[in-house]
Amino acid sequence: MKRRIGIRLAIIAATIVVSIILCLPSTPLYSSMPDWWKHYLPSQGVTLGLDLLGGMHVVLHVESEKAVEGIVDRTLATIPSALVNKKLAGVTTKRTGPLELELDFTGQETDEATGKLKDGLLKLMDDSYPTLNNTDREIPKTKGQPGRLVYRVRESDAARIKESAVSQALETIRSRVDQFGVAEPLIQRQEADQILIQLPGIKDPQRALDLIGKTAQLEFTLVSEDSPAWSKLPAFVPAGQEEEIAKEFAPQLKPDEELLYERETVKDTGEVRKRPYIVKRIPALTGDMLTDARVSIGQLNESFVSITFNSAGAELFKKVTTENVKKRLAIVLDKAVYSAPVIQEPINNGRAQISGSFTTQQANDLAIVLRAGALPAPVTIIQNVTVGPTLGRDSIAAGIKAALVGAGLVLLFMLVYYRLSGLIADVALLLNVVLLVGALAMFGATLTLPGIAGIILTIGMSVDSNILIFERIREELRQQRPVRLAIDAGYDKAWVTIIDSHVTALITAGVLFMLGTGPIKGFAVTLSLGVSINLFTSIVGTRVIFDWISGRRKLNTLSI
Amino acid sequence: MLELLGKTKIDFMAKRYVAFAVSGLLILSGFLALVQISRGHAKLGIDFSGGTALQVRFAQPVPLAEARDALAKGGFADAELQEITATSGGGTALLVRVKRQTSIEEKAAERIGALLQQRFPGNALTVESSTEVGPTIGRKLRDDTVLATTIALVGIMIYVALRFEFRFGVAAAVATVHDVLAVLGILYLLDKEFTLLIVTALMTLAGYSLTDKVVVFDRIRENLRRRRQESITETINASVNQVLSRTVVVSLCMVLAVSALFWWGGEVLHDFSLAMLLGVVIGNYSSIFVASPLLMLWRSAIRV
Repeated sequence: MKRRIGIRLAIIAATIVVSIILCLPSTPLYSSMPDWWKHYLPSQGVTLGLDLLGGMHVVLHVESEKAVEGIVDRTLATIPSALVNKKLAGVTTKRTGPLELELDFTGQETDEATGKLKDGLLKLMDDSYPTLNNTDREIPKTKGQPGRLVYRVRESDAARIKESAVSQALETIRSRVDQFGVAEPLIQRQEADQILIQLPGIKDPQRALDLIGKTAQLEFTLVSEDSPAWSKLPAFVPAGQEEEIAKEFAPQLKPDEELLYERETVKDTGEVRKRPYIVKRIPALTGDMLTDARVSIGQLNESFVSITFNSAGAELFKKVTTENVKKRLAIVLDKAVYSAPVIQEPINNGRAQISGSFTTQQANDLAIVLRAGALPAPVTIIQNVTVGPTLGRDSIAAGIKAALVGAGLVLLFMLVYYRLSGLIADVALLLNVVLLVGALAMFGATLTLPGIAGIILTIGMSVDSNILIFERIREELRQQRPVRLAIDAGYDKAWVTIIDSHVTALITAGVLFMLGTGPIKGFAVTLSLGVSINLFTSIVGTRVIFDWISGRRKLNTLSI
Repeated sequence: MLELLGKTKIDFMAKRYVAFAVSGLLILSGFLALVQISRGHAKLGIDFSGGTALQVRFAQPVPLAEARDALAKGGFADAELQEITATSGGGTALLVRVKRQTSIEEKAAERIGALLQQRFPGNALTVESSTEVGPTIGRKLRDDTVLATTIALVGIMIYVALRFEFRFGVAAAVATVHDVLAVLGILYLLDKEFTLLIVTALMTLAGYSLTDKVVVFDRIRENLRRRRQESITETINASVNQVLSRTVVVSLCMVLAVSALFWWGGEVLHDFSLAMLLGVVIGNYSSIFVASPLLMLWRSAIRV
């Protein structure tokens, strides 16, 4: 008996020591530990949740459908020139849905010619646009009647594109956040098309949000200065009237042109106005051809971003600048013109500059976003929780205070009501809390404010187990059983009920874990761990002490 | 031994009709709460309804009416303002909630903060926390919650039915559902806000309340095995009296622990601890006056 007690005490002592080592980094004591301690032993401590640390929790929805719609966009944009190349005349294109387009062709002189036109179109679409599927066709029966070919994005391709849009968005955002420099960010996929981002302890949440949410589609496109509408456009449009003017001029634009604006702030008055440009829809170069983007400061202390193209991009850039000297090249980011400088001479070195009256921070953020790459589809924010650091600290203080008071009250009551046995239960309770915090540190589980409430609940439940046992023992003693037997009987009979109550608690905690986010998950984890540890301490822990007491000498009475 | 209760011999089962009446009322209020929640007429937290919530702190005290007016003029006439005890330092801490389904692009939180600062320019304003939830997430959360609660209750029922036998399982389940409904009803009548944290409290107290029933049923089963000559009523009464001591003491400890949370745990945990307190008390009540009488009604063929 004595050896068994010794082993059990040793195990309990070992778990206490391990727990203390695991929790130590979270306490102020840690900084005074010697170096070898910090090096070899766990240094993480207990991870605090956002509601205690402060920080940002954002859920983004990736509009992956737009990535698919982009295919139809590109088809509509490039098909006119492809048709000209293949000498297929008399064909017009029309968009008939977000994922659908229609080719209309007029009947030719002969049926044979009509057939050749139709076949030519089918072959062109099959060869150049494999992701589109012909879903419907109408062949003209009589001469001069229009025919129709309807094309739709293939289901399997659509699904594939959506899927890769989300994973690519995830990687791009991860890369952006990495460059932002936050300690331990959490970026993960949630559901099919949502991304969860947690940035603990972040100081400037708005800037982070702007950085993450930017689509960052960079395009270099020629300005159509020879367009007839160009001369009729006003030089400046006051902010707020962009849409009106755009609508007004829309019919005058050719199909391969669009109207975009450059934002300007008048230095003296601070008034914001927009400068309209008519640019080609299809860009000459895009942002995915960049290899680098860096911030530089110019002679007048203005910040700008220097970009470098990859070899393919550099070649293309050389070609575009050579062919279009003295014309304007617009640098467009997310459909807003940043600047539209005149091409002075051919540029051979594959470098360019983006200026636009940035602050250094704006230039920096733009460089980050260009380096990380564009998002394949736009993202919208569907949930945004930001907790400031002071609130976090106050919550911790309140939670700890409540925990101490609650624990103190319970400890005191147990001592008064059950005397020495109460003291034993109190020791078990303290053991519980120490082991619980140690377990949290070991599993890297996050402690949240509801988690602290969970600790307090665990205290209540652990006391329940002990009380069950003690009341049983008291009953046995009332029936004049000898002390040793009373203790054994108490434990045996209470054991079954204790298991039942703990299993039901674990079931609810398990369900809460699956259902809840952040703080609720923290509660569920703390409760589950607390309940499981309590099983250990109430059955093994207190039993050991009772055995030890009753083993030393024959007890006639028990202080309970 | 210090004893709060000696050997009691209270005839609990005799009082069961009174208890049924009280329980009936409690369940009714619970159903009322459920109906109102599903119709959207109850106070739902931002997690469920979508919208914006801000906690701000002014360095100096600020009259609530003026703040409300400032927001109304800025397009937030439907904002709910609540003053909360300032956490640290003086001044006023305000909780602002807008339950509208604004899209997050509108940056409601920023605008609210700006409106308040504009109205009280000399008074330093810190935004301590902000929450913006889009409508889709709120809807999904509501659905998830209902699903999870059902799973939990069914899981518990199955477990108890396995451990005891079917009739015990049903009695325990009915009593536990009664407890959850009762607390839900009381919270609704007290005009409390239903957040995910409250749902957590409800599920936790369901687990705790079930423990209580299990303790009583364990004892009933044990006594049924031993004292076959007594009537069911007598056995149940005796069992309840025997576990009464344990029940009262455990409840007392839970009340002590949760009260500490209630008084000192801070704003966030306040309603949570209220729900837990109610749950502990009602849980004990229902073990004695709901679960046990239900068992008694099933007089026939209670095997052990």
